Order: sequence, then C-alpha cells, then structure tokens
Amino acid sequence: MGRPSSRRRAQADALLHGTARLAAVGAGLLVVLMVLFLALEAAPVLHATGPLRFLTDRGWYPTQGRFNLGPMLVGTTLAAAGALFLAGPLGLLSAVFCCFYAPPRLAALYRRMLELLAGTPSVVFGLWGLVVLVPLINRLHPPGASLLAAILILALMVLPTLALTVEAGLRAVPTEYLQAAAALGLSRWTTVSQVALPAARPALIAGVILATGRALGETMAVLMVCGNVVQVPRGLFDPVRTLTANIALEMAYAQGSHRAALFVSGLALAAAIVFFVLAAEFAERRTRHV
Amino acid sequence: MPAAFGTRSLPRGLFRLRALPLLTAAILGALTGCAPTHSEGGAQANATPTASSGGRLTLTGSSTVAPLAAEIGKRFEQQHDGVRVDVQTGGSSRGIADARQGLAAIGMVSRNLKPDEQDLRAFPVARDGICVIVHRDNLVRSLADAQLVEIYTGKKRNWKEVGGREGPITVVHKAEGRSTLELFLQYFRLENPDVRAQVIIGDNEQGIKTVAGNPRALGYVSIGAAEYQVTQGVPIRLLPVGGVEASTENVQNEKFPLSRSLNLVTRTEPEGLVKTFLDFAGSPEVRDLVEKQYFVPVADGQTE
Amino acid sequence: MSRKDHGMRKRIMPAEHAEGRGRSGPTLRRPAAVPYGQARQLRDGGEPSAVLLNRAFRADRLAAVVVWGAAGLVAGVFAWLLAAVAFQGAARLSLAFLTTPPADAGRSGGIGPILVSTLLILGVAMVSSVAVGAPAAVFLAEFSHAGTRSGRWVRRSLDVLAGMPSIVFGLFGNALFCKLLGLRFSILAGGLTLACMVLPLFIRLAEEGLRAVPTEYRQAAAALSLSPTTTLFRILLPAALPALAAGLVLGIGRALAETAALVFTSGYVDRMPESLHDSGRALSVHIYDLSMNVSGGDGGACASALVLIGLLLALNGGTAWLTTHWRRKTYRV
Repeated sequence: MGRPSSRRRAQADALLHGTARLAAVGAGLLVVLMVLFLALEAAPVLHATGPLRFLTDRGWYPTQGRFNLGPMLVGTTLAAAGALFLAGPLGLLSAVFCCFYAPPRLAALYRRMLELLAGTPSVVFGLWGLVVLVPLINRLHPPGASLLAAILILALMVLPTLALTVEAGLRAVPTEYLQAAAALGLSRWTTVSQVALPAARPALIAGVILATGRALGETMAVLMVCGNVVQVPRGLFDPVRTLTANIALEMAYAQGSHRAALFVSGLALAAAIVFFVLAAEFAERRTRHV
Repeated sequence: MPAAFGTRSLPRGLFRLRALPLLTAAILGALTGCAPTHSEGGAQANATPTASSGGRLTLTGSSTVAPLAAEIGKRFEQQHDGVRVDVQTGGSSRGIADARQGLAAIGMVSRNLKPDEQDLRAFPVARDGICVIVHRDNLVRSLADAQLVEIYTGKKRNWKEVGGREGPITVVHKAEGRSTLELFLQYFRLENPDVRAQVIIGDNEQGIKTVAGNPRALGYVSIGAAEYQVTQGVPIRLLPVGGVEASTENVQNEKFPLSRSLNLVTRTEPEGLVKTFLDFAGSPEVRDLVEKQYFVPVADGQTE
Repeated sequence: MSRKDHGMRKRIMPAEHAEGRGRSGPTLRRPAAVPYGQARQLRDGGEPSAVLLNRAFRADRLAAVVVWGAAGLVAGVFAWLLAAVAFQGAARLSLAFLTTPPADAGRSGGIGPILVSTLLILGVAMVSSVAVGAPAAVFLAEFSHAGTRSGRWVRRSLDVLAGMPSIVFGLFGNALFCKLLGLRFSILAGGLTLACMVLPLFIRLAEEGLRAVPTEYRQAAAALSLSPTTTLFRILLPAALPALAAGLVLGIGRALAETAALVFTSGYVDRMPESLHDSGRALSVHIYDLSMNVSGGDGGACASALVLIGLLLALNGGTAWLTTHWRRKTYRV
C-alpha cells in the first residue's frame, strides 16, 4: 500500500466520522423540530391564557375555556408507573428465562413470541382489553374501564420492549464472566443475579427508559380501556384519562383554542418525558458512584 | 466503554455544528426533490379540478362519513374514467379546516354547520340518529327524558331508582367535541361540566362494545350501528327517546328527535368535477350505499 | 475455550467468540445443576453446612420456579390474546382475502392493496431509519465517549423522542412531510414519519450492540493498524449484527403496529398504490377503522390482524436468516 492509498483511507475515516456525527445530530434535532412544532401550534392558547391556568382551572372543558391538565398528568404518571411496576420484573424474568433457563429451542420460540407481541398493533391490544379484560374487571368492581385496565394493557405492551432489550444485553455479557462464575461453582440464579444482570446494566437501563417512553406515549390501546374520565383516581378501579388519550380522543373534533390546548397536552407530555429522562440519568449517575 | 478508536485521531472540529445547516438543507432538498412534480399531483385541490375526464378529487374530514364517502367514490370512479377520488379521515374539524384552506376540494363533516362556519356550503349525503342503549339483560325498557337527565347528572346512581335491578349505573358518555355529544347535550339541555360519567368513549363501536360488556352500562350511540349490532346478536337494547322508538325508519321520517346530518362541505360554489361528484353523492344512485353503511338516506334531491 | 464446549469448527476469533456468547446458556447449566454444593464447600474450605447448602439450593430452585412462572404467564396471556383474535378472524382468512381489494368499507372483500401499501410504507421506513440510525448509533457508540456533551444530548433527545405519543408524530409528519415538503398524503410521507418514530428504538439497540463488542476487538484492530472505517465495517458491525437486527426487528414491529401516525400521513385510500406518492392505507389503520369505525367489521379486523402477525413472523424470520447469512459470508472472507 502506498502513500496515496493511506491518504484516501484517512479521508474515508473522516467521511465516516462526519456522516456518523451528522446522522446523530440530525436524529437529535428531530425532537427539537417536534417540540418546536408543538409549541407553535400551542402558542395561541398559551399566549392567551398563560401556562398556569393549565393547572389551576376547574376541570377540563376546553370548549368552555377550562383547561386543567393536572388530573391527566396524574393519570399518565400512574398508568405508566403501574405498567412499569408490573412489566419490569416480568420483562426482566422473561429475558433471564430466554438466556439462562429455557432450552435453546424454547428460548428461540419465546423470543419470537416476544417479537410478535412487540409488533402487535395497539388496536388489537385495545380491542382485547375492551372486549375481554374490561368486562372481567367490571365483574370485580364496576365500571371496569379503569386505571387497572390501563396498567394491565400497558404492561403487556411495554413488556416485550423491555424483555428484548435486556435479553440483547444479557447475551452480550462476555462469556468469560459466565465461565468464571461456573468455575466458582456459583448456582445459576447467583450467576444471573450477581454476575449477568449487573454486567448487563446499561441494557437494563436502556430497556427501562425505552419502556417508560412507550408507556407514556402509548395512545390507542389505553384510550380504549382506561375509561377516559378526567379525574384524579382514588383507586385502581377508578377510570382515568391519560394525556395521550386526551389528544387522540379530541383532536379530530377540536378547533381553535381547544385544538391549541390539545397541543399543550402534547407539550406537557414532552415535558414529563424530559423530566423522566433527566431523572433517570441522575439516578444512574448516583448509582454508578456507589 | 470508551471507544478505542476515533475521536482523538480525527479532525473533530470539522464535523461540529458548522456542517449542520448544510446537512439540514441537503436533507430537505433531497426530500422536496422527490416530491411529485408531475401535474397529476395538482390533485390537491385548490387548483379547481376541471370537468375534463381525469383528475383527482380529495375529500378529508369526519371518520364517520369517510367509509361512506370512500364507497361513493369507488362507484364514482367506475362511472368516470380516469377520475380518482381520494378519501382521507381526520375528523370533522379537519374537514372544515381543509375545505377552508383549500387543501381538500371537499370536506366531510358529521354534523350541521355551526354559525361561524357559514362561509362554507354544506351538502347532506345522509342522516344519522342517536339512540340510548343498555345491556340486553337490563330490565329497564324505557327511560323518560327527565330520568336520563338525572342519571347523567349523577342524581340517580342506581338502576333500582329507575325501575331496574339493584346495581350502580355505569354512565357512558362521549368525548368533548364530538357531534354526537353536542346533539345529546343540546336535546337534554345539559351542560357538559354537569355530566357525571364513569366511562368516556370515542367512537360508536367503542360505545357499543363497552355497553355489551357491562350489564349495568347506559350509553348513547348512532342508531344505524346499534340496530345492525342487535341483528348480529350483540347483547344491547335500544331505548326510545322522548317516547319515540329508536329506529332508522323514525330517523328517516324525522319523527325521531335526536338526529344529525352528515355533510360534504365546499368553500365555494361547486363547479366542474366537484359539482358532478356532489350531485352524484346526493342522488338516489347512492342510496343503497348509504343504507349499507347503516345510515339514513336524505330525502331525494334535497340539498341545503 | 469455547471450542471445547461447543465443538465448533475453527473460525476467526471474533465469530467464534460472538457465537460462544450467544450460546452461553447451556455452558452454564451443566456445572450449575449438580456440583454446586461441592464447589461451595471447597470454596468455604470446611465441612458443608447442611443448612447453608439447603438454603442455597432452595433459593436456586425457587428462582427457577419464579422465572419459569413469569415466562409461562407472559406466554399464557399472549396465547389468550392470539386465540381471541384467531377465533374471530380465522373464518375470513383465505388466499383470496390476501389478494382482493376490500369491498363495502372492508366488511367483505380482502386486503390486497392494503398489504401492498403496508409493505411499501415499511420499506421506506426501514431504509430511511437504517440510513440515519446506523451511522447515528456508530457515532454514539464509537465516536462519543460516554461523557461527551454532544453524545449525551443526542441520547437524551432520542429518549424524549421515544416517548412522544404516536398521534403527535402523525400531526408532526402531516405538517412537515405532507404540507411543508409537499409530499401530501402518500406512502413516502407515511414511511418517513414512521422512520422518525422507529429511530430512537433502533439507535438505542444498535448502540447497545456496538458498545457490547469487547474492547479487545478494537484494540486488536488498532494493533493491526486497521483504519477506523475498516474496523467498523469488518469487525464491529458484523459483531454487533445480532443487536442491529434485534433493533430492526423491534422497529419493524413498532412500525407495523402503528395506527395514529399513519392516519394523518399515508392516509386512508384503499386503492392499489401506483407509486410512492400515492396515498395508501396501512394494515393497522385498516384494523382500527374496521374495529372502531365500521359496524360489523370485527371479523375483517381480526383476520387482518392475523395477517399482520403472520407478516411480522415472516419479516422477523427473514431478518434472522439474513443476519446469519451475512455474518457467515463476512467471516469467510
């Protein structure tokens, strides 16, 4: 290889670096563009009423100029938190099952099933929830369409995202670790809990963040089972409305300041997610120091 | 895990933000570059579609009207060579907005035009009634208007109080902005903030499925859809409103008090292809299509 | 080391290494099941405490039961869901259903044009999200140290993007692609909107995959004075391929399942598309319309859902096959 070739190689490297950086920044800019778009659409009503009224108004009656988003923020948070509370352990165990417990054939089958579950349209989840789950809960405690139903459906929907991400992380744990664990005679569960899972921590965190994003942003399925009443729930059986359901339910029929107020819901959601992402990052940094 | 190759050996500054506007411009340019430049794309609309054979007609708006409009469009395409009718949904408010801005030649609106929408022209294609439904196992056979008001405002919360079995009433209500809701509130002289609902729904089918799955639910939905589901064995029952039996017949002969018209709207006096289409959509030729979507045909030849 | 375990044919080190990791399960199982107590005894260097042994044994057994139970629960719920859909939809399925256009607003007829539109939308989404996502993941994993500010910001904003509700993507895509860029309701606009949506998921998984490639590979490559480009294409990307494929598969799944984002971008027209600039209804939109908007559409909706699940199976299988195929080819060189 002569000199010119090595220069061309350096150019190729520079090009690669440039392309990668551009793509990354471009992808990052998408969210800026989106928030900008939301803000632009929400501006009229924010300008007219001021942001505070979205927390202090009496109820959400946008056609009457009452825009309280507070209960929906609570609903969104509760539904997402509940879903994660359920899907977290189950997803983790599913991933562990795939990597360490199931025979290879079964593991492949199970992984395929998780992929299918991840790709099942939310409408199908919603439909199943509406026709099967809600009547069941209704028998337990009316009206059936409730926070509990939303949590269950959401948990089912975020579980595959979480499980597959963690599973990919577990599979990437260096073989040496596991062999060392085996050499020490550690039991399977000890290996999983003390060696593999800590080694796969970045994937775990990524999975939780992705799953939370999905839980916060899921629209159609939640809308079909959560009851959609704008209120702060007093129990698991009370109906709630999430911010996303609010947008999906009313956007098609909203005009003027009502429409703009729905974009404020979108902005509020974006803010909630930003808050969560920062909190997760903070928590991660804290645990890393320990 | 820090990258073992990369940053240090490469001229980093070069790829910093300076290149960013360039990239954005390039991407946007590439995207617009591949936007359709052929003239057939003139479809969109404000370009007045001409009566000449060929051309594209875009309808946007109400999801209630969309399936019907799509069926009408298909038949229209068969009769007019080279014409394409594209139906897009997105809700009544979108129909209004798009028709106003000229983004669509025709908007679809599932309600009567409001006072501040009189700049548009409306052409009814069908009528639709709204009925109150309960579960089939419910003993209640009818509810007086006053009782309904009391239930919806939360003054009566148990079926026993209105002649049914003991058990809490699950009040099913529609989401803000829906024309069905507006009509319902208007008829019963209710204010939305006074309504105490246990479940709030979006589309008709959601309402029907909710009531079918809950023996103690009470809701209101489109008559045509409810009637059809009853014939399919779905366990719901239609209750009369104001003493009038809920049936498509009674909507047609205008006895039924709770009904709305499904409209196509245009910004200007229609001409050319738009006019041909609107005339077709309002003609008896599409009567069977309207009935197949479980709506009620408008009286023949009647426009606004 | 792993040759002894798996009796694998000899290959260049990275492939063997990576595959060994993929199959680490069985390696682990054998020693763990029986000789555990003895090992512990040796390590503790004394007489085996029966209590200790017993407790550890029981804990391991309990963990196994819990793991299997959780997996069974998830599988059970999924089977329930699938059975409910299959029960309603199976009757409508036939070859004709896959090829004929829908009739009577979807109550009868098939889903031919919708299937074609769906695949086109998916193609556009996949190509554009990989085109942007793969380099972006490379940047995040290889060019930006964990603490780099630009990397951190990009990662943060992608996390936020992942949580945006799909309907917001729909409205955004409608404003940007359909109106601003003049693509109107089209398969292209729908695909690009989906790409925006899939991007965070894909980048995250691809980045994780690249990061998981052992540092030794990079060091070995550096020692051989391979250029970064060569290292990336010859070593890192092939090694991270399973993760990239997993990201793609999850992305495909999410894209296929999307309703709200597509109603506003690729539209509602159920005619056979003639080009990418035509509006085309996606399967998930069709399912939503049939189940929520068209009375008597449940059968068609469930049949369409079954088709969609089948499609997903085929795509996932195809991706898996391509991955192994490509890897084998890459390593033979």
